[in-house]
Amino acid sequence: MQKFTEHTGIVVPLDSANIDTDQIIPKQFLLAVDRNGFGKHLFHDWRYLDEEETKPNPDFNLNKKVFAGASILLARDNFGNGSSREHAPWALMGYGIRAVIAPSFADIFYNNALGNGLLPLKLTKEEVDKLFVEVNKEPGVSITISLVNCTVKLRDLTFNFTLDEFRRHCLLEGLDAISLTLEHEDEIARFEKNMESWKAHGVTP
Amino acid sequence: MGKTLYDKIYDSHVIFTQEGELPTLYIDRQLVHEVTSPQAFSGIEAAGRRLHRPDLHLATIDHDISTREQTLEACSPMAREQINALLANTKKFGVKFFGFGDDNQGVVHIIGPQTGFTLPGTTLVCGDSHTATHGAFGALAFGIGTSEVEHVMATQTLKQGRLKTMKIECTGRLQQGVYAKDLILAIISKLTTAGGTGYAVEFCGEAVRALSMEGRMTLSNMAIEFGAKAGMIAPDETTFAYLKGKMYAPKGEEFEEACEYWKTLKSDEDAHFDATVTIDASTLEPYVTWGTNPGQGAPISALVPFPHDFADVTEQKSCQKALEYIALRSGDPLIGTPVDYVFIGSCTNGRIEDFREAAKVLKGHKIAPNIQLALAVPGSGLVKRIAEEEGLDKIFKDAGFEWRNPGCSMCLAMNDDKAPPKVRVASTSNRNFVGRQGKDSRTHLMSPATAAACAIKGCLCDVREFL
Repeated sequence: MQKFTEHTGIVVPLDSANIDTDQIIPKQFLLAVDRNGFGKHLFHDWRYLDEEETKPNPDFNLNKKVFAGASILLARDNFGNGSSREHAPWALMGYGIRAVIAPSFADIFYNNALGNGLLPLKLTKEEVDKLFVEVNKEPGVSITISLVNCTVKLRDLTFNFTLDEFRRHCLLEGLDAISLTLEHEDEIARFEKNMESWKAHGVTP
Repeated sequence: MGKTLYDKIYDSHVIFTQEGELPTLYIDRQLVHEVTSPQAFSGIEAAGRRLHRPDLHLATIDHDISTREQTLEACSPMAREQINALLANTKKFGVKFFGFGDDNQGVVHIIGPQTGFTLPGTTLVCGDSHTATHGAFGALAFGIGTSEVEHVMATQTLKQGRLKTMKIECTGRLQQGVYAKDLILAIISKLTTAGGTGYAVEFCGEAVRALSMEGRMTLSNMAIEFGAKAGMIAPDETTFAYLKGKMYAPKGEEFEEACEYWKTLKSDEDAHFDATVTIDASTLEPYVTWGTNPGQGAPISALVPFPHDFADVTEQKSCQKALEYIALRSGDPLIGTPVDYVFIGSCTNGRIEDFREAAKVLKGHKIAPNIQLALAVPGSGLVKRIAEEEGLDKIFKDAGFEWRNPGCSMCLAMNDDKAPPKVRVASTSNRNFVGRQGKDSRTHLMSPATAAACAIKGCLCDVREFL
């Protein structure tokens, strides 16, 4: 997994609540067997005027020159609700987004983001409001996120955030979750030995 | 203090808790489908790993297959690639796979229960958010992303923090013409799409007890639509009767033993819930959605809301945007809104009971001339076969419906079952998001009986006039 320690980048605002995974990456792009190539389809329906993605929608923030190269997304409540598709964080990461700042996230998206080195960063509603005000005042402004100190800085504004300590550790170190679990193979085997028989029956091909 | 149903299952699955880590839970079952598994299998292969317990996995194809014909050729080239990948992967890693033509091919959340793979007291996951469906059996079931799918494949475990608990008590009995789907739409409208975020929900009360397993699955299925990862129902005699004799359910003495344990799977009298919601099921009308998220629903007799009906500014904006998209005018009655397409199916409402209820309404009627397409898509090969044995297919076809093969179909429109721009769909599926059933399509969620009534009238209507 890609590490996240400290990141400075342009923040692009998307002033909507309930941005669902169908908007982040529509289903027609889920027809793939690898993890790459989703970035160009990120926010397809909003970002392009045509299905073939040849005509960028000039009104959509990601297409505005001032937000070119943006790597931090600012949004409202319940970001990532809907489907469990991990293609959503893959598309965001593929585009170059490293962190999403919002007051709240849908549970499955939140987990999926963390598992991919994309930081879902929760601030309070008021703090997110303030960031929207600042970004609207100065489009293209950069902010700095430190996962080491758990801070978000925009000029003289500093906000603190929290993240589950284990999740934070994994992100900081870029740890592979499967390897970590496999260190406990013995405990898993012991647990399986004690399983009730009605539950333990497997299915054979 | 007593424990909730959720806590009982959670606690019995904690393998270990490493200092400073989330607890590691044993995962008893994983369902696999073609869209969210290829990257997990290739991750396993790239790392030179194997599946820890391939026999605790079950795979089928549903999301992007054709419902016109049960062949690879009828699927799109990219879908074909995903189906072939699943075929190859299940063979290579020793996972049971149900393909075209099998009774047990179909929507994963219908296959798990109908085979008895889904059992009370188990933890069950799948790379699909509607995995909450299996909570209807008193299982702890939730949707996960592909990295977690791979983690379960490799270790049969997941790291999971304890969720908060919410009790949703549904008092009274549903009236005639009002179904589990109406109940869940009413609950989501009350709680909003994020009201359950961070919670494991338990549905209980007289109205839930009275539901069949099919109805309970409809209820649990949409827990995720108000943000709850899991939507559980304590198992009872209805559950045991459903499971008895199912292919993968325990047999004989073992079944009796399991039942004894399953009977203990209910929240204790003095269990603490972090939140409690009560809803009077006896006063509910049939529900339909008017907006672009499942929380934007109303009783069928309601008028289209005004943005200022909502207290919250975000909700107001969301209402306005939704009405622009769906082309409804505040203050107009919902009843009478013309409909173009009808879709009956999905993991929410693609079970045998759903087709029986819709057929009761449709019998002896024709769909209205303005209905351009009416699709009936059984959730599995078995549902299709039973429906045909009962002659339901004939009722649907005589009314003017197309009787299709099992798959997810127009619920998410990943195959060629799509609604064109501006087309209004009366749909028994679970999401009315912008573009969900096709770019710029307009979705109204409802029960199968209401969808059947809308097909006959050609517009949104109250199904009770047909009962």
